Amino acid sequence: MNIATIIEGLSRRDPRAIGRAISIVENHDPDAHALLDSLDPAKIEACLVVGITGPPGAGKSTLTAQLIKEYRRHEVRVGIVAVDPSSPLSGGALLGDRVRMMNHALDPDVVIRSMATRGRLGGVCGSAGAAVRIMAHSACQVVLIETVGVGQSEMDIVRMADLTAMVLAPGLGDDIQAMKAGLLEVADVLVVNKADLRGADALLLDMESVAQQRQDRQGRTTRVCATIASKGDGVAELVQIFNDMNEMFQKSGEKAQRRLQARRYEVIDWAVELIRPRIADSVADKAAFNGDPMLLAQDILVGMGLQTKKD
Amino acid sequence: MSKKYRVLIGKPGLDGHDRGAKVIAQALRDKGFEVIYTGIRRSPAEIAAAAVQEDVDVVGLSSLSGAHLRLFPAVVEELAKADAHDIAVVGGGVIPTEDIATLKAAGIREIFTPGATLEEVIGAFQSACEEREK
Ligand SMILES: Nc1nc2c(ncn2[C@@H]2O[C@H](COP(=O)(O)OP(=O)(O)OP(=O)(O)O)[C@@H](O)[C@H]2O)c(=O)[nH]1
Ligand SMILES: [Mg+2]
Repeated sequence: MNIATIIEGLSRRDPRAIGRAISIVENHDPDAHALLDSLDPAKIEACLVVGITGPPGAGKSTLTAQLIKEYRRHEVRVGIVAVDPSSPLSGGALLGDRVRMMNHALDPDVVIRSMATRGRLGGVCGSAGAAVRIMAHSACQVVLIETVGVGQSEMDIVRMADLTAMVLAPGLGDDIQAMKAGLLEVADVLVVNKADLRGADALLLDMESVAQQRQDRQGRTTRVCATIASKGDGVAELVQIFNDMNEMFQKSGEKAQRRLQARRYEVIDWAVELIRPRIADSVADKAAFNGDPMLLAQDILVGMGLQTKKD
Repeated sequence: MSKKYRVLIGKPGLDGHDRGAKVIAQALRDKGFEVIYTGIRRSPAEIAAAAVQEDVDVVGLSSLSGAHLRLFPAVVEELAKADAHDIAVVGGGVIPTEDIATLKAAGIREIFTPGATLEEVIGAFQSACEEREK
């Protein structure tokens, strides 16, 4: 498939073209330029991007599958970007989120792409962002980004999404304590999943008090929602919450603000990402590799003309 | 930067044993592949649709149910329908020797029987990926 066929295929919503297009960007193929240049900003603007994050096993994929079902009931064309970490040792990855979404495999209006983080310094931002835009361009009205909340990567998602839902579940105790400080602070919706399990009521109360505190201290609205993803309970309510918050953020200018910020971050990430191989080459080239690492890094940047020599 | 190889492991048919498929998936991951797993009991059409969306280089199929003569070629056909003839298909499981030629003629690139080593299996994925890259 050549690049012109792919670009043309995207507007026909051709699954093959969408799949190829995402790979082209992910692999830094030279065709990425023409491809990204052809995307329709209006469609990207109109698309709602929702981040679904949370600790391992909280039920993110099960919930995402239910969200797909609910959006499809309303005839919304939906994209899913499911991000999992690459193994730092082998560089490989096992991408298993799709298992729970396979019931939608034959629906042409459900576009699913699994992505590995590939050890990117800035997390997943660059390629996942491009995947979202490619999906939006091929007429996805909502794109859900699933990522496991264990560190840097979910912060990248939060930056990229118009809205972020944090999925929690009873029985994950310490994880939740650890997350309170960080991500809980930035999520727009706190989802207490596995509401059928013991401890869900207590967790729900806990999350409601987090939401209340945030309202009191920062004047920020945080919605709390209980779900049983394995049965689909609470999912219609969750979609309603997304719609309400999206409308609110559009009116208040928050959405535009977030998009602008997201673009800034993403441009930085891409710049670093694109220059990385050249830096790696310079490092490999230096035969006598001694001296302070920071000074060596400066030398490399001077050598590339990115920094002027200070004496 | 060299391209990362992406493969999909699918289990068409009705048997529910995916231990073998998972061992292969993990071994491929440990060799640096990005492995998409689709779970058990998926139809050839579902597996092909997932492979197209994920833009994998190779689809690996596992079948223990005896229905490989129908299911493996069906995946090849579904890929062709989706304009994805270039995605290679390999398969493994409990497959009688006399079926191997039939499957290869139907477009399955490589067939593994229970005697195959993990190295052989990974090697076949590797060479199929390298060929597609050219
Ligand atoms: N009891 C109960 N179990 C659930 C519920 N939702 C999901 N599960 C189960 O929780 C387990 C994990 O679900 P996943 O959807 O894979 O969770 P995840 O957060 O995507 O997991 P990772 O992607 O591995 O981080 C599965 O066994 C689900 O069946 C629920 O509402 N109630
Ligand atoms: Mg998951």
